[in-house]
Amino acid sequence: MKTVTLTVKKEPELYLECETLTPDAFAGKKADEIAKIPAYQGREDTTLGEYFSIAGQAGASAAETQIIINGDCSKMKYIGAKMSAGEMIVNSDTDMYTGGWMTGGKLVVKGNVHSFCGLGMEGGEFIIEGDAGNYLAASYRGDWRGMQGGVLRVKGNAGSDICTFMNGGEVIIEGNVDIHIGTHMEGGKIVVKGNANRRVGGQLVKGEIYVFGNINVMMPGFKHNRDVELEVDGTKAVFAEYLGDLGERHPKRKGETVYGKLYLKK
Amino acid sequence: MSEYIIKNGHVFDPVQKIKGDKKDIAIKDGKIVEASEVSSSAKSINAKGKTIMAGAMEIHAHVAGPKVNAGRWFRPEDKIFDSHKKPGMTRIEGGKSIPTVFKTGYEYARMGYTFAMEAAMPPLYARHVHEEIHDTPIIDEAALPVFGNNWFILEYLKNREIENTAAYIAWILNQTKGYGVKIVNPGGTEAWAWGLNCLTINDPVPYFEITPAEIVTGLMEANEYLGLPHSVHIHQNDLGNPGNYKVTLDTLRLAEKVKPKNDFGRDQVMHSTHLQFHAYGGESFANIESKAKEVMDYVNSNEAITFDTGNVTLDETTTMTADGPFEHHLCSLNHLKWFNVDVELETAAGIVPYVYSPNVSVNAIQWAIGLELALYAKDPMRCFITTDHPNAGPFTRYPRVMSWLMCAKTRNERLNTFKNADKIIDRTTLAEIDREISLYELAAMTRAGPAKSLGLSKDFGGLKPGMNADIAIYNINPEKLPTKGEDYEKAFSNVAYLFKDGKICVKDGTVVDNGQKKTFWVDVKVNPNKQVRHDVVEKFLKYYSVNEGNYSVPDDYAPHQHIISLDATHA
Repeated sequence: MKTVTLTVKKEPELYLECETLTPDAFAGKKADEIAKIPAYQGREDTTLGEYFSIAGQAGASAAETQIIINGDCSKMKYIGAKMSAGEMIVNSDTDMYTGGWMTGGKLVVKGNVHSFCGLGMEGGEFIIEGDAGNYLAASYRGDWRGMQGGVLRVKGNAGSDICTFMNGGEVIIEGNVDIHIGTHMEGGKIVVKGNANRRVGGQLVKGEIYVFGNINVMMPGFKHNRDVELEVDGTKAVFAEYLGDLGERHPKRKGETVYGKLYLKK
Repeated sequence: MSEYIIKNGHVFDPVQKIKGDKKDIAIKDGKIVEASEVSSSAKSINAKGKTIMAGAMEIHAHVAGPKVNAGRWFRPEDKIFDSHKKPGMTRIEGGKSIPTVFKTGYEYARMGYTFAMEAAMPPLYARHVHEEIHDTPIIDEAALPVFGNNWFILEYLKNREIENTAAYIAWILNQTKGYGVKIVNPGGTEAWAWGLNCLTINDPVPYFEITPAEIVTGLMEANEYLGLPHSVHIHQNDLGNPGNYKVTLDTLRLAEKVKPKNDFGRDQVMHSTHLQFHAYGGESFANIESKAKEVMDYVNSNEAITFDTGNVTLDETTTMTADGPFEHHLCSLNHLKWFNVDVELETAAGIVPYVYSPNVSVNAIQWAIGLELALYAKDPMRCFITTDHPNAGPFTRYPRVMSWLMCAKTRNERLNTFKNADKIIDRTTLAEIDREISLYELAAMTRAGPAKSLGLSKDFGGLKPGMNADIAIYNINPEKLPTKGEDYEKAFSNVAYLFKDGKICVKDGTVVDNGQKKTFWVDVKVNPNKQVRHDVVEKFLKYYSVNEGNYSVPDDYAPHQHIISLDATHA
């Protein structure tokens, strides 16, 4: 694996849209070629070289490429979006859409991320060492295809409306979350190790939500089914299992109605 | 104005019956002229090894107006990753199934189209339609106001008052700057306001006590009474449901009762739109099958009908129609989001996103039916290619549809690689057809045919001297035709040249000029009609949410008009 190191040399006046900042776009390129890759600021076309000093070179393919980004990226959007393989380490906070539509590889953000990160993620591993904003691992505005696969881990807290329209994959929030968790969810798994606020699993059709701490107010559409001992993300405990959202349409499988499940640690 | 002479190209023009012969085409003052009429300073374009056709004409697409814009509002995901501007003079081009007005104009032009008909204009929101039409670059456009569920029409036709119906149509065309008579799910959309639908042509409309058959026949008679350039343009009852081909045949047979009467060289009395959605057999989606053969046997035998295909392109798209009940039905099938609106006394609309997947048998069967219709058509002058944009797919897929029609190998490859290929082959007849549409037939299906059906054949759809200089030149060499469908697709997606009104607007697939687009509409003079005047005043006082004075489309909403005036005053 070869490493490319980018260091921010100029802060964008507005926001820099760098959906080209991925191992896929860098693969097979040397530093001077990477500097010429397009990026966008507002309505103006620019290049990555305009904002970053670039050292090292990329591997022959995305899988053989590691990208390390230093400096303040808090005004940069779409970092790692659509990446399919390889590794990225961002030693900074990042702006919206970080790691959106990832299909593979590993993306680590050492700081906080803004809202709409990990949107429609299909695969790979996305680790956020700080906090995440709203709409984490949700669907794009208007879309009904949220997170499909992969693993997304937040070591801090997350905001509201996370995992909206989630269809698959796994999201672990080690801290607390705000309102609207897994709205319209039709598959996948959400683990909240801290507390959740309100409206957890609204219109939940399928999938599982685990909450280790408290839920401030439960949705009325959930019914207690049983208590069950489970191992969730390395923690063995007894969980109260709730079925829901009973106000929502539910599919049938082999004659049995499939419900979404909400587990509350006892 | 500049003069051009296009040399050495292969010309395909059904108007002059030219089937690929080498012929020079000369342009002067925005018109096609004899080669001898241009001066020696005319710019010469070498079209050696290329195909020359008139500018293509879109007969049915939803490209402007409140319904299209509502689709843009509620589908922001349709524009994702489209926010960057391409180099050159074009603006940002956003949207896949519901593109911005700019992208709409550019994309049609890049494919060699010079005219598009907006297929459903709610009269009350005609101003919005014209604002969007005005902002769509390059291509000429017109819009068809919808009449099939309008209270005035239902009341007049209940009493068989053809003259009043005609006078009201003339008034609406004048108020809305409309082009002709569109019918969407006759009676059914009004019934939808009562939570009902009309699924055959004999289902009575609640309250009005009139049947779809009476509405369609009455509107055809009124259309011919006025002698409009286009015939009635109908989206039939029971769209999209298995077994609907019987309703389709019943509706098509209504055309036998009416004779065409106009001064525009139009021979049909009914244009049946997106026929693919109306040619289904079977009793349910579990056993849906193609009835394209049965439908086309009838269409081929009745010269008073033209139709467009409504080809499914197997893409993610946004369905939108004035057929309100259908959209509700569709939403209950795919559980995606649903938009519904009622337009006062006139019509309604619904919108639902839809993904046509090659892995879903029903979608693959729909795909096959659309192609079968075109391949069974004996007269290419009466069969036009559409995708009912964006309902069966975005119009930007026309080149791919053409490649399926023109290259049997490409078509069969697609057919044989469906997930449930055996089932699709069993339920359709596409595998038995080896016909390949020729360039000459394509010119009829996309140029001369639609022009004739729209009553525009005097100036458009051909390359005869005197006609408008709307010309598309493609990188297709008829002496060495492409063997792969994707080569056709590439050539039809990017014209070598597009002339609009004698000006080069697209060169090598790149837009170089925004042209001077025009809005076509039909102004009909009728006898003064006290009854209709009285009814208009009364309905605006009693029911409409706007005053009559705020209803019409002022001239500054359509600054570049091409008005077709006709006199339908009967002694």
